[in-house]
Amino acid sequence: MDLLNPTPPHPDLRVSIGPLSLANPVMTASGTFGYAQEFETLMNLRRLGAIIVKGISLHPRAGNPPPRIVESACGMLNAIGLQNVGVQRFIEEKLPYLGGLGVPIIVNILGDSIDEYREITERLAESSVVSAIEVNISCPNVKKGGVAFGSDPLMAAAVTGVVKEKAAVPVIVKLSPNVTDVTLIARAVAEAGADAVSLINTLIGMAIDLKRRRPALANVFGGLSGPAIKPVALRMVYQVAKSVQIPVIGIGGIESAEDALEFMLAGATAVQIGTANFVNPRASEDVVDGIGAYVIEEGLTSIREMIGALEIC
Amino acid sequence: MTQFQEKATVTRRELLSSDNVRLTFQSAKIASAAEPGQFVMIRVGAGKDPLLRRPFSIHQATAEGTLQIYFKVVGRGTAMLAGIREGDEVSILGPLGRGFQLTDSPVCLVGGGLGIAPMLFLATRLGERRSGQIHGRVLLGGRTRMEVEPLLGDFEQTGFPVLVATDDGSFGQRGFVTAIFSTLDLPPDCTVYCCGPEPMMASMAVLSRERHLHCQVSVESAMACGMGACLGCSRTARNGEYVHVCLDGPVFDAEDMAWTF
Ligand SMILES: Cc1cc2nc3c(=O)[nH]c(=O)nc-3n(C[C@H](O)[C@H](O)[C@H](O)COP(=O)(O)OP(=O)(O)OC[C@H]3O[C@@H](n4cnc5c(N)ncnc54)[C@H](O)[C@@H]3O)c2cc1C
Ligand SMILES: Cc1cc2nc3c(=O)[nH]c(=O)nc-3n(C[C@H](O)[C@H](O)[C@H](O)COP(=O)(O)O)c2cc1C
Ligand code: FES
Repeated sequence: MDLLNPTPPHPDLRVSIGPLSLANPVMTASGTFGYAQEFETLMNLRRLGAIIVKGISLHPRAGNPPPRIVESACGMLNAIGLQNVGVQRFIEEKLPYLGGLGVPIIVNILGDSIDEYREITERLAESSVVSAIEVNISCPNVKKGGVAFGSDPLMAAAVTGVVKEKAAVPVIVKLSPNVTDVTLIARAVAEAGADAVSLINTLIGMAIDLKRRRPALANVFGGLSGPAIKPVALRMVYQVAKSVQIPVIGIGGIESAEDALEFMLAGATAVQIGTANFVNPRASEDVVDGIGAYVIEEGLTSIREMIGALEIC
Repeated sequence: MTQFQEKATVTRRELLSSDNVRLTFQSAKIASAAEPGQFVMIRVGAGKDPLLRRPFSIHQATAEGTLQIYFKVVGRGTAMLAGIREGDEVSILGPLGRGFQLTDSPVCLVGGGLGIAPMLFLATRLGERRSGQIHGRVLLGGRTRMEVEPLLGDFEQTGFPVLVATDDGSFGQRGFVTAIFSTLDLPPDCTVYCCGPEPMMASMAVLSRERHLHCQVSVESAMACGMGACLGCSRTARNGEYVHVCLDGPVFDAEDMAWTF
């Protein structure tokens, strides 16, 4: 992997997401880790494999009206509405801090048209701090009647194509689970040039406040995340890893090293920690510690031995 | 602002009424860093359900590391927390948010129901600032005697005179604390501090405005992280923009918030 450093680290947790090399496979999931600085006194940010920041759009977005979140059994629903500071302020106010951390910074982007995805990628291409781009394709395409880019193979491929064309860094496409066959979308974005795919984004759900006879969220629908979605995520990661050649990043309900290792067995090269950051702000660092200990205990030469090593009789 | 995730030991559990509980923790780092009006996020169990931490105002905190919360059992999380025993350990995250702005001018503290919780820490700190002459009052409101009486002694120790109202008249004056507030003769430079149910804070905002008094309120919202990471705790401000209770608050200038009556 690193030709200039012939003695591998011990435990060897290094993985590669296409051309991007990571010290370990643990990243923070977009929208659950702010812009990282929020966590600086609660954990050691430098120990992360990569940091993925809150989704950024071309223009600032105010987000949805409250209430935006509600707890559900072993999980939560959110309808934040992609509130963010916009790419300009992100570059000016957030990137300098992130650049000083010495950890790969992956910027999650979103848009409501192909043009918007193109433009935001162009803006980010000017920065040397950005290590990769993660494309959130779960957003509605305004020009196509609000159908999510990620629910149609052609639209998903089109977005991937423009981002890939303009990006100066590897492109990860983040898949939506709210589709009939996730492998169709995965294959389409892989063919369009994606360097990796990450999954899953939240599952669309709903909660009702019986006492008030109203939806619990002002937006009526929200995205389900947390331990409740882990079995669905594992299944989808397994299916996608079997159907594409590019690396797969597993997301969904990961709270512990055990959870992360299960995703790797299912075929994930790396993982993202989302909702768990809210419960335990140190969760991502704890997962790094835990998989390191596992590699030593199991006598593995490298964590890479775990990727896709699931035995099915 | 430095925050901590701390394993804290429960040193005292007081059942102040049938469903109001006060817990005292030994939580050295959080307690010594806390400011009045700030809050903590507490994990009520070790499992995955309920998943999220629960927010509670800091009721009292000392430099020696004692931290108190005062809460009402309203659902599963608070019921689990109420069932905790002395000697048990819980994970606390804090201190979080922006607290009250302290002042040396006259003050009036108004706490209603569980909104009484943050007022004790505030009264203690304000009392310490003004050794000798106390320019201020504490107004406490509850539905019934048991919501107020058990805390009266602690408030009296802060040195401020305390006035009480209960909805049923079982303790203090009958009616709302806002009625007591309206009859008080307050100097024009008096700062009003308020925490309580939404309708009470909404009327306190109006009453303070009418009298040209500066009013700070501590508000609530649903929260997932409590530390600015999820953007879930938004509330609508007076100018129509969204603010985040855990980051911009929980204490706001009453004039800056949108109120529904
Ligand atoms: C910054 C902040 C500070 C707070 N400080 C305190 C405090 O000092 N003392 C205290 O008792 N509470 C306080 N709260 C409210 C407390 O967090 C909630 O009561 C608690 O989260 C409820 O958890 P639960 O699991 O018991 O209820 P849930 O299972 O979440 O809810 C059960 C039921 O209770 C209702 N409910 C939820 N929250 C409230 C509420 N605030 N009041 C009445 N009903 C509610 C729900 O609508 C639901 O019907 C504070 C909240 C915030 C945001
Ligand atoms: C509050 C919240 C905000 C989120 N915001 C984004 C976002 O801006 N962009 C994105 O691609 N995913 C976003 N997600 C999805 C997460 O990155 C992740 O895919 C999902 O929560 C599943 O992982 P988890 O179960 O570990 O949380 C958000 C999730 C939550 C809970
Ligand atoms: S509760 Fe997460 S941002 Fe306020």
